[in-house]
Amino acid sequence: MAAAPRPPPFRPLARLSRILSGGTGWKGMVGQVVFAALLAWLAYDIVTNAQANLQAQRVASGFGFLSSSAGFGVSQALISYSEADSYFRVFEVGLLNTLLVSAIGIVFATVIGFAVAIARLSPNWLLARLAAGYVEVIRNLPLLFQLLFWYLAVLAALPNPRQSLSVFGVAFLNNRGFVVPQMLAEPGARVFMVAIVVAIIASLAMVIVARRRLYRRGERLRIWPFVLVLLIGLPLLSIVLFGAPVRFDMPVLRGFNFAGGMRITTELVALAISLSTYTAAFIAEVVRGGLLAVPKGQTEAGASLGLSRGAILRLVIIPQAMRVILPPLTNQYLNLIKNSSLAVAIGYPDLFSVFAGTALSQTGQAVEIIAMTMAVYLAISLVTSAIMNFYGWRIDRSLRA
Amino acid sequence: MSNGTDTNFVRGALAPERQPPVVTTGIIGLMRTRLFNSPTNILLTLISAVVLWLLLVPTIRFLFIDAVWQGSDRTACLAENAGHPVGACWPFIQAKFTQLIYGFYPEDQRWRANLTFALAVLLLAPLLVPKIPHKALNAALFFIAFPFLAFFLLHGGGLDGFAFYWIAELFGAAWTPSLTRFWFDFSMTAAFVTMAMLWFGGGWPNGRRAALSSALTFAGIAVVIVALRLDQGGLPIVDTRQWGGLLVTLVVSVTGIVASMPVGIALALGRTSRIPLLRAFSVMFIEFWRGVPLITVLFFATYMLPLFLPGDFTIDALVRVLVGIALFAGAYNAEVIRGGLLAIPRGQREAANALGLSYWKTTGLIVLPQALRHVIPSLVNSFIALFKDTTLVLIVALFDLLGQLRATFADPVWATPTTLFTGFAFTGIIYWIGCFAMSRYSLFVERRLDPHRR
Repeated sequence: MAAAPRPPPFRPLARLSRILSGGTGWKGMVGQVVFAALLAWLAYDIVTNAQANLQAQRVASGFGFLSSSAGFGVSQALISYSEADSYFRVFEVGLLNTLLVSAIGIVFATVIGFAVAIARLSPNWLLARLAAGYVEVIRNLPLLFQLLFWYLAVLAALPNPRQSLSVFGVAFLNNRGFVVPQMLAEPGARVFMVAIVVAIIASLAMVIVARRRLYRRGERLRIWPFVLVLLIGLPLLSIVLFGAPVRFDMPVLRGFNFAGGMRITTELVALAISLSTYTAAFIAEVVRGGLLAVPKGQTEAGASLGLSRGAILRLVIIPQAMRVILPPLTNQYLNLIKNSSLAVAIGYPDLFSVFAGTALSQTGQAVEIIAMTMAVYLAISLVTSAIMNFYGWRIDRSLRA
Repeated sequence: MSNGTDTNFVRGALAPERQPPVVTTGIIGLMRTRLFNSPTNILLTLISAVVLWLLLVPTIRFLFIDAVWQGSDRTACLAENAGHPVGACWPFIQAKFTQLIYGFYPEDQRWRANLTFALAVLLLAPLLVPKIPHKALNAALFFIAFPFLAFFLLHGGGLDGFAFYWIAELFGAAWTPSLTRFWFDFSMTAAFVTMAMLWFGGGWPNGRRAALSSALTFAGIAVVIVALRLDQGGLPIVDTRQWGGLLVTLVVSVTGIVASMPVGIALALGRTSRIPLLRAFSVMFIEFWRGVPLITVLFFATYMLPLFLPGDFTIDALVRVLVGIALFAGAYNAEVIRGGLLAIPRGQREAANALGLSYWKTTGLIVLPQALRHVIPSLVNSFIALFKDTTLVLIVALFDLLGQLRATFADPVWATPTTLFTGFAFTGIIYWIGCFAMSRYSLFVERRLDPHRR
């Protein structure tokens, strides 16, 4: 008489328990429940305390304050802003200023960083030492220190507007900032823009066709003369036919300061210089590591195919190095964006300075304002890393193909 | 076989001398191979030399040749009095030196700060030299005992009671403190903990060592209490608002380093844990703190932490900042330590399981020590970042070295054209030496731990 077959265990329940406990059995489950209870208790405690404290301070919680008038000025705004505007407008102004300085910083830091990395790997001994010295000095000094140095010591020591340092007679550097000619749109501007866009699209199409021809038939098309003609000729043609697209409003010294032109504030200059030089030192190390990670045989293979040194670097080494470089480079970009919040130390009106600084001290809405500021930085970080991840995915795909 | 002249050739004259090989070593070799070997390289060398000249000569002139070394106020550092263009104004640093180091720490109490610095060096130096034995004891003294000692030395104040008093206080039933009650509480705690160590160590013969070390630890604590007179009110209290300068920089960075380690280890273990809720919490916590700037964390700690605590509970501004920094640095350390945990082969954990060790014993005795050793260089890197980031406390109105420097610029007695540059040069050198020394040390450790070189 055979024993009755054991019924199979009730699958979904077993699976559920495995998922809930992470396969650690009842011990893990109990630990999890205790942990959750502790967190819930902590959250409850925090919320009740915060409510009681805010009530005692007579601060109305909620986001209603965003629509009330801010009543303070901001020294630099990319969008129209007046003191009567709301706190939400302040938030937008600050956010745009943060994005502006981050974009400037990222561009300059990348350029300087790549240059320093290549200099550090140069066969020229002196140049390599100079680049290494740059990295060692900049990397080992706090960013805030460098920021204050540029702002308080260097830029403040510049002469006053009457004795400005002149850059070819068109731009002027003084202790109030950097005065550059301002571009004002003329009637021909629209046609000019269209011409540029058409030229770029046509050039891109030619590049794609040439690349396809190269991959399909192994023929190399000489397209660069055509591209050059297109990119220079088309806009030039539009200027000849429709007149200049922009008028330059030249800065002129009048009395004690410049009239006309556009003033880039000292704060922005100091922040851009310190952010880009500081991050460039880190980017240089990242790039150097990436370039060294490509095996030497790749260079030799390129050389034996008869490629020039520049072509080897551009076609063989950098695409492979990019894979190594990209993740840490993304980290450096994120650091730069987060570090732009140091602007508060010198009074550049970035998001942190005007919103978590001035607006916070005026309204006392600490919880809402700090939460909003943190959320914005988190969002910027996530978006930047998403873009860089997409780029990395494309590089990966093209290298695998 | 007559004379063999046809088959054997004997050279009649010496071969002509060849050119000596190109020297590739030494200064001449360097110049030949790496400085002047091609037109491009010659150009690069010349440009670099010019840049170096333009950077180095003014720096050296500023720091040494044109510098003013003696004086009592700004007049000494003016060009018309010195008789030459003035570089660094060192009398300014001499006048402000104590302020840069101690802030507004009372003058008659500065021996306490000095003693703390000396103790830190005394405990840290042997920790950094691999050859010196007793690393575990040394590390325990530095990371656990030293912070408490430093707190009582720098802040002052005494102890009302010990463990039983604190527990009673927690339940709102503390007694009025007195000297005898304090020592009774202390000896009760010591006896209780030592017995517990003996019990958990596995009875008399096995738990002997644990009980002995517990008793010795309590003896050490008693010595410190008597030496600092903590039982009788201790040293006079110096409020943290009076701290400043390098003292605050070091306090914040050392506390940040010490406190961020347990936070980082806990988060890393949570993130690699199999328990879903724990893992999700750790991931969220780490990603949140890593995604926001440190300044927002400091603002969060300064403005929001007090809101989260019960109304009658106030915490010191410095402590709030330290909490923020510990959480922030902990999140960064967690990722570094996680890397180390992932690098440990699975077999290590399996072997420990096969020996019947529990999760905590496996982790604490087998996995963590190896993982931490793997990531020492990266940890040092994040400590360097932390040391540099301590400057941000000046934004929440704590006067660290940089904040103190900024404050000294406001003094009209020393307002000269070069005061700012002198101040930045001096503090810059301090920061640079600190960071550079740490990064070199991390390279040294990396080389020592590199299995391919061993």
